Parts: sequence; C-alpha cells; structure tokens
Amino acid sequence: MTALPSLPAPTVAGLARGLARGEYSSVELTRACLARIAAGQPALNAFVTVTDESALAAAAAADAARAAGHAGALTGVPIAHKDIFCTEGVLTTCGSKMLSGFVSPYDATVVRGLKAAGTVMLGKLNMDEFAMGSSNETSFFGPVRNPWDPTKVPGGSSGGSAAAVAARLAPAATATDTGGSIRQPAALCGITGIKPTYGRVSRYGMIAFASSLDQGGLITVSAEDAALLLGPMSGFDPRDSTSVDSPVPDYAATLGDSLEGLTIGLVREFFDKGLDGDCGQRVREAIAVYERLGAKVREVSCPNLPLSVPTYYVVAPAECSSNLARFDGVRFGHRCESPRNLADLYCRSRGEGFGAEVKRRIMTGTYVLSAGYFDAYYLKAQRVRQLISADFARAFGECDLLLGPTAPTTAFGIGEKNDDPITMYLNDIYTIGANLAGLPAMSIPCGFAGGLPVGLQLIGPHFSEARMLNAAHRYQQETDWHLRVPSAWA
Amino acid sequence: MSLSRTDIENIARLARLELSEAEIPVYADSLSRIFAFVGDLERAPTEGITPMAHPLPGLSQRLRPDEVTETDRRDLYQRNAPRVEAGLYLVPKVIE
Repeated sequence: MTALPSLPAPTVAGLARGLARGEYSSVELTRACLARIAAGQPALNAFVTVTDESALAAAAAADAARAAGHAGALTGVPIAHKDIFCTEGVLTTCGSKMLSGFVSPYDATVVRGLKAAGTVMLGKLNMDEFAMGSSNETSFFGPVRNPWDPTKVPGGSSGGSAAAVAARLAPAATATDTGGSIRQPAALCGITGIKPTYGRVSRYGMIAFASSLDQGGLITVSAEDAALLLGPMSGFDPRDSTSVDSPVPDYAATLGDSLEGLTIGLVREFFDKGLDGDCGQRVREAIAVYERLGAKVREVSCPNLPLSVPTYYVVAPAECSSNLARFDGVRFGHRCESPRNLADLYCRSRGEGFGAEVKRRIMTGTYVLSAGYFDAYYLKAQRVRQLISADFARAFGECDLLLGPTAPTTAFGIGEKNDDPITMYLNDIYTIGANLAGLPAMSIPCGFAGGLPVGLQLIGPHFSEARMLNAAHRYQQETDWHLRVPSAWA
Repeated sequence: MSLSRTDIENIARLARLELSEAEIPVYADSLSRIFAFVGDLERAPTEGITPMAHPLPGLSQRLRPDEVTETDRRDLYQRNAPRVEAGLYLVPKVIE
C-alpha cells in the first residue's frame, strides 16, 4: 500500500474546528479522504461508488462559502452515504443487481439536509442487498471486510458505512437500521452508531425494506459527531407519511450534562447464555464507568424480548414482500432479456435481479401474508410486537435508559454463518427489540475481546436521543475505545 | 414444519419470482427452518392483545390536501426505464 495520508483530526468535531480555524481547506481534507478511499477500496470494498469529481467541486464551493463568511458548523466536512439513500444524478444501487444501473432523479431528504448543512459527499457505501443481512455478504458488489481483521465481516447491513468510518476513509457516514443494521456493524467495527426514534428521520428517498421498522441514522467515531450530524438530517418531512412533527433539539447542547441521578436499567434478557463471556465482561466494565459517573444501575426484565427475533422474521419479510413488489422490470431496475409475456417479464426480471437472501425474505413474507396463514403468522407477530413494546414501556417507568451488549459476539468470519439463515438472524437478538418498539438506540465501543471490538448498547424512550447522546458522550470522555484505529489504517 | 417442492413453487408464483431447479430444494430447506423458528410465537399468550402495526402509539397515518404538487418530470424518470418509446413504457403484449 502506498503511504496513506492521515486525516488531520480523528473526529468530525475536530475537523470542523480545523476548517473553521483555517488550518486546512475542505479541498485538502476531501483530497486526503479520497486518497484513503482509493487505498482502502481493494482491501475493504467499502464503497460502491466514489464521487471524486463532485466531491472536490462541493469542497471548493464549501471553501468559497467560508471565505464569503457563510460557513455553518459542518461546512466542508466530508461524509459518505449508505447506498440505500437516493442521490440525485448518482448511481443508487441498494447493494442489488436489480438497481445496478439506477441513477436517482432526486435526493433523499437525509441527503438534502446534510448537503444543506454544507457537508461534502465522498461517495456511496456498500451494504447488504436491500439492507437484508447482518454481515454485508449479501451485496451484489461483494462482501465488505472488517478493518480490524480482513478475514472477518464488518457486520451489516450498513457494513460499508462501518468499515469506512472504522478505517477513517470517511469521517462519518449515514446508515439505516431495520433490525440492528446501524448498531451491529458499529459494534463489530469499534465505532459509534445511532438509530433514532422511528419517525425522527425522514424515510423519503431511503429505499424501503420494512416500512414500520426502517429508520435512518449515523455511523460516526464519537457520540459528539453523531450529535452534530443528527440535527440537519432530522425533523418533519411532509413527504414521509410517518415522519413525526416534533421539534429537533440541539443535540450538541446537552452532551456535557451530568449523569448524576440517571437511572440505567440492565435488561436481564440481554445477559443470556448466548452472550460471549468476554463481551459480557466488557459490558460489565462499562457499567462500572457509568456508576463512577453518578448513574444508578438496576436490573429490569423484558420477559417477551426473547421473542423479538421470531416476531421480526414475520413482520419484516411481510413488509419487504409488499415493498419489493415495485420491482417489476417495467419502470426502472433490471429487466430480463426477451420476455415471452408479462408474467415472464415479472418473474424472470425479479428472479434474476434479486439475490438469494432477498428472495428468501420475499418468499417468507409472501407466505405469512397469504390466505390461511395471515392470522397465524402475521397478526400473531403483531400481537407479540405489542407485548414487547409494552415490556419496554414498563421498563422505562423505572429507568431513564436501558443498557446491554449490542451483539452476542465480536465479528465472525466471512462465510462462517452462511449455511443456516437462523444462525445469521440471531446476530440481531439484542438489537431488534428497539426497532419493533420504535425506540432510539445506540452502540458505542466499550473495549476488545480477542483483539476485536465490543459494542455497548443504549436504548432510550421515544425521542430521548439527546439524553442517550449525553450518556454516550460522557462515557467517551472517560474512555478512549472510540478513538482506537486498526493499525493498518492509523 | 416442513415445506414441499409444491409449496415453494406456489409461494414463488405468488411472489412473481422465477426460481431455478437448484434453488427449489435450498428454499424448501431454509424456509422450513424459518417457519419452525417463528413457530415459537405460538406459545406467547396474546389473548385480547391488539395487533401493533405502527411503532409509535397513538399516531395515525397523516393525509395531505388533495392538491397537485408535482411537476411533469416524465423524461427524467424514464431515463431509468429499461424500454421506452415515445414517452411510453414498453411491455410485452398483454392482450393476445
């Protein structure tokens, strides 16, 4: 590998300060990121598309805006977007052959908000196909590798986002989370990830997987960075019918608040027999840090939480089978050669355009929604979802935040969990609950086990992002796990 | 629970997915495992529990005024279409 240019600061907050002080220009910073991306691509495969030219043009525009006195807090900060977000005039693939030629005619609301805040887009990040996967192995564009150990997966579905930020190819990245797709890769790659409350961030232009669970968010180095970037991508959007009309607080303003008196609930069901011993130990060490910071810690129980994975694997595939019905080979997306008739056009275009896991989920969803099975599977799962949600509501009657591990183990080997889908699905056993209940949740690095990062999960009540970011930030002031960089990428 | 080849063929037909010969036994096996796994839900006591369709309690789907807000961007949108002619999307003959 040729000499890797280093980034002048480890975090978005630091880079924004350097840009404001004129220590370097956005063009210089963007060039450094693009050089790191070029060096990282053969080893990590984190990007699907790198937008070199438009990035440098946007950086030059940011520098000109700053010179003219029009700079905001994030002007000129380079970031990358998960390839699930539509970007005007730029290839938007969702990790699928189906969309391998799709150039979006418009920007997602998230992309537009971050652009308006002055950020510079470096490119589009690899992901599991249609965000269906926990290892980034289902991408049509090949697996992403974990910067801590290239024989391991980065997690998924936002594997490209996590690998790119962990290797510092991009200072921060957007991501999405339907069942853990922000938090699990953040944990496996040793960085920070936040999934906001359902409805906090617009889903407009975010290619739909399971619409009652999908939520856009961020993968960043620090909680402070997440606080800086979350504001511009949040808020009411008339173009998303589930967008919530409630004010967006200044997330950075309360980061330093005291944790004295904060009650943290340890969810008993998160410390089950599936949790790796060393990972559990790292989480217990983090609990001790919170106690030193003045938090009160108590055990709580969410007895229905062990049913969250089976509930999810009815609800999510059901919604996916309806959402992905739009891919018909007519208006956009892959079309088969020489269709004999309309049915053949649909069946072959879809059979060829979708990968194995996407087809598995479409079929699972089709079955649970079909006549005779709807009540037994779909309605039953929606009822259990209600029970899980009620468990969380009860827990938040006794505590302010919940805490536990993000994933049961550290990063596993590429190819290791491909034989049985259930083994792969169980990776999200601790993360899915927050999606079912629409709760905001984060993963922050809390140490290492066997040389690989371990993630700590925080879950809050609806719209408690500010408190959760505050708790994550205070922990990160006491520890430096989030600042560790794999030696090959330092 | 075990799904047969016929079950998989029926599901694939409903889902408008063409499967290869080799894919059918693979999906019969993995979907059988998935339905055995989600079968755990049967044991949960859900008598009298309302099914939850929306994760935020009390919020219902918003409606917008019935007004035209979009402009005609057909040419732009059709750039992504596999086959168009004279502004029309081309599909195989539907009525023989």
